[in-house]
Amino acid sequence: MYGGGYIPEEEKRKQQHMEEDPAKLAEFEARIDNGEKIEPHDWMPAEYRKQLIRMIEQHAHSEIIGSLPEGTWITRAPSFKRKMALIAKVQDEIGHGQLLYNAAETLGKSREQMMQDLLTGKSKYSNVFNYPAKTWADVAVIGFLIDAAAIVNQVANSKGSYGPYSRALERICYEESFHLKQGHDAFVALATGTESQRAMLQDAVNRWYRPIIHFFGPSDKDSVHTGKLMRWKVKMMTNDAMRNQFLSSYVPKVWELGLSFPDPKLHKDDNGEWHFSDPNWDEFYQVIKGNGPCNAERLAVRSWVETQHKWIREALFNPNAKYTLPLS
Amino acid sequence: MEATQELLFKIADDALIMGHTDSTWTGLGPTLEEDIAFSSMSQDKIGHAWNLYQMLHDKFGLADADTLGFKREEKEYKCSHLTEVPTQDYAYALVRQFFFDHGQFMRFSALKNSSIEWLADFSRKVTSEIKYHTLHGDTWLKKLGAQGNEESKARMQSAINEVFPLALGYFEEGPREAELIEKNIFIGEKALQEAWLEKVGDLVAQYGLTLPEGNTVDPSLGGRNGYHTEHLQPLLAEMTEVTASDPEATW
Repeated sequence: MYGGGYIPEEEKRKQQHMEEDPAKLAEFEARIDNGEKIEPHDWMPAEYRKQLIRMIEQHAHSEIIGSLPEGTWITRAPSFKRKMALIAKVQDEIGHGQLLYNAAETLGKSREQMMQDLLTGKSKYSNVFNYPAKTWADVAVIGFLIDAAAIVNQVANSKGSYGPYSRALERICYEESFHLKQGHDAFVALATGTESQRAMLQDAVNRWYRPIIHFFGPSDKDSVHTGKLMRWKVKMMTNDAMRNQFLSSYVPKVWELGLSFPDPKLHKDDNGEWHFSDPNWDEFYQVIKGNGPCNAERLAVRSWVETQHKWIREALFNPNAKYTLPLS
Repeated sequence: MEATQELLFKIADDALIMGHTDSTWTGLGPTLEEDIAFSSMSQDKIGHAWNLYQMLHDKFGLADADTLGFKREEKEYKCSHLTEVPTQDYAYALVRQFFFDHGQFMRFSALKNSSIEWLADFSRKVTSEIKYHTLHGDTWLKKLGAQGNEESKARMQSAINEVFPLALGYFEEGPREAELIEKNIFIGEKALQEAWLEKVGDLVAQYGLTLPEGNTVDPSLGGRNGYHTEHLQPLLAEMTEVTASDPEATW
């Protein structure tokens, strides 16, 4: 699961100085217009490569960090059915991470370097995983609503121009649709369950509402940068369009179950556009900077994994092996 | 309790608690590929437990699988101590997986010849899965043993020394052992342990590691008779945390 294609302002300024050979650029853009996929050894603008690495890497990190809040509930899952579904789901997320690191590696950045950048905070992952999963109902909300939001994002991006990313996303979306089913099933079980189960679920929905609105990132429809990325089919929809699509599909499903969202202004207008209260974008930027409720904990766990198992990787990997770019 | 029920409970409880303990590594494995492999084995084990509790329900009219798996008292569980110990050491986790799954593979292989046909059928299916678990353990012991470096060999050897007494406890006899053997339901723990010792002894030697001498080690006994390590009670409390919060609810 994944959300957000947020690009820091500072990075945007730096990128404006990259100049490309106009003839090669024109040929590249013509291929994209033709609906062709760009493959690892094809010519591509430096900025295209850079943005794709950032995006795929961020997506991969989101998968492996995203496995942590749900992973802690595997041992507590309340039945055989839920337990089996949850282990399978979290296992899939790790598998998605693996697929995506491979896709990013085709652009020239090694998995080890990406892991390193994750731990130092240089690369980001989706903000939504910096919030805690406090109860079993949080697992249902993540499995249903966060996965649904991720699917909106990923289905859009699977039609993007970079071959390896697009193919990885097609496979990921196929698996995510099962995750959504299990999340929905667990969500409905709580929504139609006892009073305490419904209260637990409503509480989780209330806590996840803001992170969900934040999920697709701040409005970027007027950004020049977004225009270029969309021209190159790196980004396929604006943040607002994805958010609107998600709200249209899923808010009614939650309302139908007799649950509410903690926002009196949440509604759809006659043009099909959803409106909501100011979700406090300052909090969004704070979480990106590392000041969310769980940033430190998530990185500490990942860092524990890296140090705790260092001896295994050292024993496995031949120190004389040379890094080679995977083909796809 | 009938002898067959006793046998099914101990196998199911072993699979559930081992699967539970192994599932704590999901998301925390040493490489992404290994994380996926370990999660997958844990899922298989919990699945085996689910099937076995279901058989206890279907064949003997006992409670449903969720109740048998998650709602018994600690002393009613018949898992071996080997499955109960939590660990943050991957060498320990791998060595235990190796010992346990060779045990499981041989147990289910023996049960393929059980006089109880439905148990023999089930065992045929399960061995085809567990075969891959044993290959996993074998590969890692080889890679970190004979093909590893000095540190990995030392860590694996140390884990073998630590886990071995618990692994011997896996072969503790239950109260109705004689009846199981007499009715050709199961070959019995003694025969199983003998075959297992020979097999894992050979493999461990091939991987450049050493099995402690059996007669110098005290097996960790008690589990098959309901006497557990201090780790099982908190494990069960965690496992049932959600269901205990609203016992009437369906989840």
